[in-house]
Amino acid sequence: MGKLWAISIASIFILLPFLGNAFSPESPTDRRVLVLLDDSAIKSSHSIYFNSLKSRGFDLEFKLADDPKIALQRYGQYLYDALILFCPSVERFGGSIDLAAILDFVDSGRDLIIAADSSASDLIREVGIECGVDFDEDPSAMVIDHIGYAVSETEGDHTLIASDDLIKSDVILGSKRIEAPILFRGIGHSLNPANNLVLKVLSASPSAYSANPKSKLSTPPSLTGSAISLVSIVQARNNARILITGSLSMFSNRFFRSGVQKAGEKTKHEKSGNEQFLTEISKWVFHERGHLKTVNVKHHKVGETDEPALYRINDELEYSVEIYEWSGKSWDPYVANDVQVQFYMMSPYVLKTMSHNKKGVYSTSFKVPDVYGVFQFKVEYQKLGYTSLSLSKQIPVRPYRHNEYERFIPAAYPYYGAAFSMMAGFFIFSFVHLYSK
Amino acid sequence: MAAPETSTAAVPTLHTNNTLRNAFGGVLSFFILLLIGVLAFLIRLFSVIKYESVIHEFDPYFNYRVTQFLTKKGIYDFWNWFDDRTWYPLGRVIGGTVYPGLTLTAGTIWWLLNSLNIPLSVETVCVFTAPIFSAFASWATYLLTKEVKGVGAGLTAATLLAMVPSYISRSVAGSYDNEAVAIFALIFTFSLYIKTLNTGSLFYATLNSIVYFYMVCSWGGYTFIINLIPMHVLLCIVTGRYSSRLYIAYAPLVVLGTLLAALVPVVGFNAVMTSEHFASFLVFIIIHVVAFVYYIKGILSPKMFKVAVTLVVSVGLAVCCAVIAVLIALVASSPTKGWSGRSLSLLDPTYASKYIPIIASVSEHQPPTWPSYFMDINVLAFLVPSGIIACFLPLTDASSFVVLYIATSVYFSGVMVRLMLVLAPAACITSGIALSEAFDVLTRSIKFQLPGVSSGAEVDEGETSSDTTEARNDEVKAEKPEEKSKDRPSKKSKKKEREHVEKPSAKAKVKTKAEKKRLLALPLEASAVSLLLLILLGAFYVVHCVWAAAEAYSAPSIVLTSHTRNGLHVFDDFREAYAWLRHNTDVDDKVASWWDYGYQTTAMANRTVIVDNNTWNNTHIATVGTAMSSPEKAAWEIFHSLDVKYVLVVFGGLIGYPSDDINKFLWMVRIGGGVFPHIKEPDYLRDGQYRIDSQATPTMLNCLMYKLSYYRFVETDGKAYDRVRRTEIGKKYFKLTHFEEVFTTHHWMVRIYKLKPPKNRIRGKTKKSKSKTSSTSSSKRSGTKKNPWL
Repeated sequence: MGKLWAISIASIFILLPFLGNAFSPESPTDRRVLVLLDDSAIKSSHSIYFNSLKSRGFDLEFKLADDPKIALQRYGQYLYDALILFCPSVERFGGSIDLAAILDFVDSGRDLIIAADSSASDLIREVGIECGVDFDEDPSAMVIDHIGYAVSETEGDHTLIASDDLIKSDVILGSKRIEAPILFRGIGHSLNPANNLVLKVLSASPSAYSANPKSKLSTPPSLTGSAISLVSIVQARNNARILITGSLSMFSNRFFRSGVQKAGEKTKHEKSGNEQFLTEISKWVFHERGHLKTVNVKHHKVGETDEPALYRINDELEYSVEIYEWSGKSWDPYVANDVQVQFYMMSPYVLKTMSHNKKGVYSTSFKVPDVYGVFQFKVEYQKLGYTSLSLSKQIPVRPYRHNEYERFIPAAYPYYGAAFSMMAGFFIFSFVHLYSK
Repeated sequence: MAAPETSTAAVPTLHTNNTLRNAFGGVLSFFILLLIGVLAFLIRLFSVIKYESVIHEFDPYFNYRVTQFLTKKGIYDFWNWFDDRTWYPLGRVIGGTVYPGLTLTAGTIWWLLNSLNIPLSVETVCVFTAPIFSAFASWATYLLTKEVKGVGAGLTAATLLAMVPSYISRSVAGSYDNEAVAIFALIFTFSLYIKTLNTGSLFYATLNSIVYFYMVCSWGGYTFIINLIPMHVLLCIVTGRYSSRLYIAYAPLVVLGTLLAALVPVVGFNAVMTSEHFASFLVFIIIHVVAFVYYIKGILSPKMFKVAVTLVVSVGLAVCCAVIAVLIALVASSPTKGWSGRSLSLLDPTYASKYIPIIASVSEHQPPTWPSYFMDINVLAFLVPSGIIACFLPLTDASSFVVLYIATSVYFSGVMVRLMLVLAPAACITSGIALSEAFDVLTRSIKFQLPGVSSGAEVDEGETSSDTTEARNDEVKAEKPEEKSKDRPSKKSKKKEREHVEKPSAKAKVKTKAEKKRLLALPLEASAVSLLLLILLGAFYVVHCVWAAAEAYSAPSIVLTSHTRNGLHVFDDFREAYAWLRHNTDVDDKVASWWDYGYQTTAMANRTVIVDNNTWNNTHIATVGTAMSSPEKAAWEIFHSLDVKYVLVVFGGLIGYPSDDINKFLWMVRIGGGVFPHIKEPDYLRDGQYRIDSQATPTMLNCLMYKLSYYRFVETDGKAYDRVRRTEIGKKYFKLTHFEEVFTTHHWMVRIYKLKPPKNRIRGKTKKSKSKTSSTSSSKRSGTKKNPWL
């Protein structure tokens, strides 16, 4: 990271998302995933989810969380590209894994899926906090919703929630609308509103609250309403992606298969939205969607092709950059009409939306402002669900050379005339004065 | 001093033939001058011998870098150089903002040497430019003083100047600064002006303009010339000394000089648009009016002239009033009244400290203390008054100029320490005159008191010089009285008397001369003792100068030494730090430091800096000052917005190096607070006192400068005792949140920190025990616009 940041500030080409990232643009396929479980039964009880991952080409490795042999890296090399923690109750990991190891794993640009539930241990909560997610501190609390619960045969304690309050983002959830509500049973968490890296994907309904379902409410619950997040995603600054949910059971085969009817609604869906929701979001987490890369940043004067070392004020220049998105199999051109380039020196002097040719090449041309200094071409592209692009390239702008100004200005002809007539007059005067006697 | 003593040996052979004697005198003076030049050069080599051949201090590094650029890229690229490695991100147009004289001089020397197949490095040439030019400066002093008071005074003044400490301080080998060549140009301009004034030759007038052009190229101090010469011209006119020679000396200088000055990019239209130059134009008009009046007077009868005078005076007054009103209106319309801050602080010494902290913060812009006069011009301070008296006996155009020069420069040196440098030549000239006159009188007395000894040798050493002086003065006077005869009969008669007294000596009329001189002679014992005392005084001066050159002024200030019981300690921390930057950071990394170290960082570490010693943009400097005075997080944001990657601070607390950043810190606060009012000086002072111990204010203990200076300082001795401030520091144990230490030099003099990148993840709330505090602080933070930390 140190080196990475050095380069980014130094304003050489910054391809922040790609340096030191497990998801490397060069070899984005064949990714290895470590799945840590509390209990090996989960492997079969959640097999639909795991199989969907496997079918998309991921290489899953299942280990018990307290297996003494597990390790994330060997000889300084990470063994996995992503980590799935389906072990909510683990107090201590086996092997060399601990909180710091997991965070380093994320900070190296690798992805993480965490599922907690009501038995969530302090360790799992701590991982959540480090990622910006605060699980309800009451260890026995669960999310309860007496209005938005899922209708089932037995009138339970309304901890099985059917929620459909999803984030509106095609890039995170896929373009196909998720019709059926999503079943959830587990603990809720809250997000810091100032934290702009974490997003609430599935939030609880306004009538939900977080409390111990077995005891009476003595004090008002600390988490209420739609402030409760059920499923959240985090995109770290190095574009590592994290999925955090308070329910392990929402990944289970039972929830995937069961039908769902939200209380108070007529329609009964044959199948819950869980499978579609979790599959789509796993595509996002594993960078199959919304991952952009930029290549071929070019700039040159209009009419030339070589990149100059510096520009002169009032030069006309062209700037272009190619942006591609990873589709899971290949890099496809990214198409959007809101990519802007700045010509920046302490503040943007030029801010232009770039036009594109539908093949991923974004370009624009503009005139260098009449100000000299060290400018930067900046592309700061931050769009919900997409990796943030932050390119900057330093370029000095020099003033005119001494011989680049106009030699003769028409407006000054009277002065030229005055000067020359003065000289002639002086010559004649001297001549007359000296030789007339 | 050396001059009269040396010439003693040659005296007996000289008396037979006057022409032969003059020839010998000429040859002798030539060799003496040569020796003076060698002395001036050699006395400045202490720094090279004691330390090494290295560029000194701050500004010279910039000049060195510019010279390197010039020698590599040529003059046109130098002229058009836009430097993107300083003042990031503004950049600096170096070609248009630098006085190119020094650089072009050194570049030319280098080029000449190289084309003669003498492969010296640019650095070597730069190091030795100043000593070479101080030799030139002493020769120029000789020329100037010779024009005023003859060869003897000239040689004495040249000797004094060759080793005057004030000038040595700016021209030791390695001190590659503008002043090194500018003082030579200054003296040479004056000497050519005097020469023109004495001869009335247009050739010298033209030469004078060209040398003035060189001066304009070299140093902003040229405004001193363009104000002093008009003052002198005005003085001459007012005292009725107007002559055609004065006109020739002045008018071409103004016209040609201004045209030439406007050619220098950094001056440009300032040559006609700023108030600094107005005096010369005003006097230019006056001298024309006076010339016209003299002309009219010549062609009209006295009666007609009287009528014309009344007519012209009434009309002229009206016109003058109108012109002056227009001028005042023009000047008043500009906010600084057309004067630059530095010049204003010259006229009103309190101006800078009141309005421009950035000028006041520079130590060389402070008024000098009394000891510094003794340190810098030593015994000359006592000789100057007698020299001024000598200038009045008789008062010629040339000697009145010297009087004016010394009077103004004494004033200016009292305003700014740096201008002591302008005083030094004036002091040397007047002291040279004083010494030479004193020797003249004393030796003459001895000669007359000892008839047996000197009966054969009628001329002794003092007289060789005084004779030539008088001979010259005679020449000058010979033409002068004719012009002056009309208006100054009394003066003329006085002069005639004097001539009557002195002429015989030149004609060697022994008898009359002896009689006359006997009246002037002092008793033998008194003369002998005074002579001895004068020689002693001279010896004291020489000893002091050599000491100053060797001990006080030859330290390059990038390498420090200290003598302890264990021997010599060398502190080479600056170069260590710059070398670290050069080798361990990226070429495009930006390094922030206080502006003092900007030039060195660009020149030695080759890294982009935010501000440097060319303090042209006050806001930018204030931004850095604000960052240094802010708490860590705010400072991080300021630096981050400027793309800074490393922060460099100079810290002297461990070894007791007093000019470190903590001692400069109040200036950072002041300059920062001048632009960003949320930085307030009283926040950093406890009851008006600046302190860093446990009594220091919380703002002080939490500002970035304190933290970067004292981070881990307690680990050195366990007590964190600051040897500069002589106290234990107030806050010893703290951690840096937004910066990390990457390099600290051997003696902790330079500490380099790196800005931490923003965290990859943003933490949620902290654990239960701290949840309360964190929630309050997080709510506070959410109010700020953008916070990558949390």
